[in-house]
Amino acid sequence: MKNSYLKNDKFLTYSSAIVIFFLAWELLALLLQNPALPRPIPALVSFFNVLPEGLWKHFLVSTYRVLTSLLLGLALAVPLGLYIGRNAKLDKWLSPQIYLLYPVPKIALLPVIFAIFNIGDLSKVILIVLIIFFQILIITRDAAKNIPDSTILSVLSLGATSREIYSHVIIPGCLPEIFTAVRISLGTAISVLFFAESFATFEGLGYFIFEAWSRINYPEMFAGIIAISLQGFVLFILVNLLQRVICPWLFK
Amino acid sequence: MLDLKNVSLTYSNGSKPVQALRGIDMKIEKGRSYAVIGPSGCGKTSLIYIMAGLMAPTQGEVLLHGEKLVKPERGTALILQEYGLLSWKTVWENAALGLVLRKVPEREIKEILERVFEELALTECIDRYPKQLSGGQKQRVALARALSLHPDILLMDEPLSALDALTREYMQKVIFNLLKRHQITCVLVTHSIEEAVYLGQEIIIFTACPGKICAKIANPAQGAEDYRDQLSFHEKCTEVRASLEVHSQSEE
Ligand SMILES: Nc1ncnc2c1ncn2[C@@H]1O[C@H](COP(=O)(O)OP(=O)(O)OP(=O)(O)O)[C@@H](O)[C@H]1O
Ligand SMILES: [Mg+2]
Repeated sequence: MKNSYLKNDKFLTYSSAIVIFFLAWELLALLLQNPALPRPIPALVSFFNVLPEGLWKHFLVSTYRVLTSLLLGLALAVPLGLYIGRNAKLDKWLSPQIYLLYPVPKIALLPVIFAIFNIGDLSKVILIVLIIFFQILIITRDAAKNIPDSTILSVLSLGATSREIYSHVIIPGCLPEIFTAVRISLGTAISVLFFAESFATFEGLGYFIFEAWSRINYPEMFAGIIAISLQGFVLFILVNLLQRVICPWLFK
Repeated sequence: MLDLKNVSLTYSNGSKPVQALRGIDMKIEKGRSYAVIGPSGCGKTSLIYIMAGLMAPTQGEVLLHGEKLVKPERGTALILQEYGLLSWKTVWENAALGLVLRKVPEREIKEILERVFEELALTECIDRYPKQLSGGQKQRVALARALSLHPDILLMDEPLSALDALTREYMQKVIFNLLKRHQITCVLVTHSIEEAVYLGQEIIIFTACPGKICAKIANPAQGAEDYRDQLSFHEKCTEVRASLEVHSQSEE
């Protein structure tokens, strides 16, 4: 009963978000009366025109880069975060290093990354991973730290090994926060990618937008912007669906 | 079966060491029930952790069946104040955890749990998650998990303190019946004098700072069906209360 109510509600809230987004855009465009901000209808028309002509390819390339970076970032940061979070001694030594490295502007390291990994896809992925790594690491570490000792002790008393403590207690206990980390770093990854795609590539939504901009083709530029929003929107919805499958207890 | 000899425990992880227990001598005999009662911070939880093999005393020794206790043993079950249930597992998965960790075949787990769930009237909660349970139900799941392992000795740290008065009385009866039916050896930590008298064949009184045993009161009348309504029950409660008061005053 509660669930079906929620589902209808969800469709309503998501579709009204889209409607409000376009209404606000329309209003702003009407007020500004500037070609740099086209009205949504021409932008949408342009979006559906350029989509089959190659925008879809840029969309896929960007999505591929975002997802690769996200998976790589998770694969590196989650295990480390869980481990540091449950090791007070290690945490004492590593946390200062993390706090030192976290604020370093990774984008400024781009020339270094290019020098090591060349200008291709890999360097874009590495840049994103460097940035989201710390977000995921810190969120996961704190989640692991916050698991009550008494929970772990009660499972230890059942005869669990330390590996079983990870698989039965620490990993599932941190999953909700790991999903938070995924949502946050997804947003970060998309905006960093946009920047990274603005040069040294001929593919991706960032490239598409900057290229349209250089031709002062604002409707096409906004077609690219719509594509990026859509990308984020769809990915966020997918993450939520995935969380429903992986963490069913949160939705009871 | 469980012997504590001159056990002391000092926590030295803080800025200054805290002695939690000093010179504890206790002899837990098979089939008997012991209630431990004392002021907050007197080391009752620490004592339970030591008995469960989760912590080593800094002095003295703990013998289980004549052998030095170094890690959680199969025959020992532990129930903590916050139940130690995992919010990401269903009632069934929570109750099955001990058996799963012991690699008991699935079919056998099913047989054991069906019997235990029947006994504790949990059958209709099987698929729920802990957050969908009342406090009393959670406590019964924790009991189910412990009982499924056929423990020789059941250690409980204030298992009922989070319950309302009525549920609490009901759960005391549940525990009372379980102990009697299964002939389980039991150490129960409690804040409640009535609970100690209702469930403990021996009542062990602690003083604080550092935790020491200051009195052991025999409670031979415990175990009668309607003990709670008898005059001797109330006299015993008065005796325990007087002892607690005397020793807390002499501390000041
Ligand atoms: N992990 C720890 N590190 C340092 N000191 C601790 C730790 N755990 C407990 N203590 C200290 O040891 C003493 C005994 O704690 P314990 O939890 O065993 O008391 P308790 O009798 O169970 O208290 P309560 O009735 O409030 O549950 C307290 O002074 C407490 O501050
Ligand atoms: Mg305690």
